[in-house]
Amino acid sequence: MADVKNQEEVLILGIETSCDETAAAVVRNGRQALSNVIYSQIDLHTVYGGVVPEIASRKHIEKINQVIQKALEDAGTTLEQITAVAVTCGPGLVGALLVGVAEAKAIAFASGKPLVGVHHIEGHICANYLEDKELEPPFLCLVVSGGHSHLVMVHDYGAYEILGQTRDDAAGEAFDKVARAIGLGYPGGPKIDRVSCEGNQEAIAFPRAKLEDSVYDFSFSGLKSAVLNYLHDCERKGIKVCQADVAASFQKAVVDVLTEHSLRAIEQYRVKKFAIAGGVASNAHLRAALQEACAKRGVAFYRPAPILCTDNAAMIGAAGYYEYQKGVRHGWDLNAVPGLKLGERI
Amino acid sequence: MKVLALESSGLVAGVAIMEDDVLVAEYTTDYKKTHSQTLLPMLAEISRMVELDLKTVDVIGVAAGPGSFTGLRIGSATAKGLGLALQRPIAAIPTLDALAYNLYGCRRLICPLMDARRGQVYTGLYRFAPENGSDRLRTLMPQCALSVDALIEKINGLGEEVIFLGDGVPVYRKQLDDKIQTPCGYAPAGHNRQRAASVAALAVSCAVRGELVSAADFAPEYLRLSQAERVRQEAQKAQKEGAQTGETP
Repeated sequence: MADVKNQEEVLILGIETSCDETAAAVVRNGRQALSNVIYSQIDLHTVYGGVVPEIASRKHIEKINQVIQKALEDAGTTLEQITAVAVTCGPGLVGALLVGVAEAKAIAFASGKPLVGVHHIEGHICANYLEDKELEPPFLCLVVSGGHSHLVMVHDYGAYEILGQTRDDAAGEAFDKVARAIGLGYPGGPKIDRVSCEGNQEAIAFPRAKLEDSVYDFSFSGLKSAVLNYLHDCERKGIKVCQADVAASFQKAVVDVLTEHSLRAIEQYRVKKFAIAGGVASNAHLRAALQEACAKRGVAFYRPAPILCTDNAAMIGAAGYYEYQKGVRHGWDLNAVPGLKLGERI
Repeated sequence: MKVLALESSGLVAGVAIMEDDVLVAEYTTDYKKTHSQTLLPMLAEISRMVELDLKTVDVIGVAAGPGSFTGLRIGSATAKGLGLALQRPIAAIPTLDALAYNLYGCRRLICPLMDARRGQVYTGLYRFAPENGSDRLRTLMPQCALSVDALIEKINGLGEEVIFLGDGVPVYRKQLDDKIQTPCGYAPAGHNRQRAASVAALAVSCAVRGELVSAADFAPEYLRLSQAERVRQEAQKAQKEGAQTGETP
């Protein structure tokens, strides 16, 4: 697939198993994904209405070698040609993380390669380096996914400052819960995104939470409750609920809050570059709203392709590259840290 | 033949290197650190100590379950990663078989016990039988998840002298003492917990018989569904039975 004969280059084998995607990738010099293999377990979890940690962990074990081997094959590389092994060590589901961490450690040990533990959210942010080869820090990044909602200032490679984060539900979590309540099922994000196209986003006035003590923090549980209350109210009064209108109005509220917070930070910190990352960054309405807002203000807008927004290992390879270049090496006692904070080093 | 063996099914973390009938190195810990922090550092340490060239390893043996779900996966992922990098197959050794093997040469019925929680133990029944000048491990009851009472009933039915071992012993010792009607004993420290050397010895036999699995295909045997699957199955079963009852005229 790609010419990898140049010995000057750094090839990172990235491994990611923090939730329900078993993923591996080979990344060249932090900027080019030579392969990006993702085995999604989503069908297995759909019947349970969400990710079941034990099932996810079991599936990771079954699939991980095939996924890694495919990543090496797709990239046209052998393990010998790999410079270092990078693996997500947190945050995430501990049982799921441990599969990737144990596998990565064993591969690095047996092949004599350095090991680099990577923060999952830093990986999401670094997906932007794969999408846009010219992007360099500093920039502002909105990270929104099923488990995380962060507004992050990226001062330099591997140097992050959290401006705001969610106090309760993550954005993607709110999508899942609302989708379930209106009968769309799991996973909520893509389903609400699709159904919303047919709904009126002004139909129902759902609240946009403001937190007075921290203007950049998010709260989505109130919005979620407002949707549930609206549904109960309709049921009580015998009013037929329009699924598309609820989805569109809910989504508009989320997009408004995410956009408003991002713009406030863009203005306050005089940001010239703004990026998005994480699974919810695939949301078409969010992308369009942020694109438009940035265009109006002359701010460069960066958004990874959806395949790089979802959990993947190319982003881990990219983040791993910059950690590797800084001299980060982890020992064979590297552990999974389910609650690892952004910017925290272990 | 050179075997590298891993044991992380319970509280013990163990690694061993065995070459034919020589145990070259073994490292066992039973300590509060997680297997994620101990297993590979232990392997790295003994490999360094005995100057192991990993490329000379023929087979990777691993305690393949049952046991702690997380512990099994740390051992399994380690084995699979080694197998992938070294391009070597895996010998998947049933955890209870390896535990029973600790008591090589014993003439009593051997009953390894692991605490499986929820009132159950992972257990099996074994006996060593002389064969061509050495002993062969024979399985009377293959490893399974069982209530302690059901196990006691089974052993009382057999009416034979029995020796227990495993981390289930301290948990159920009183129940065993009270209810086992045959002469019984308990294995001492050094023999009564999982050992990677036993996994290694059984892995050698497995390799000789050609009973190996590719690192890609290997997955541990949990002997139990996840809780979510169990709850779902029970709900489906109840629904089905309810529907059948409803249809009865």
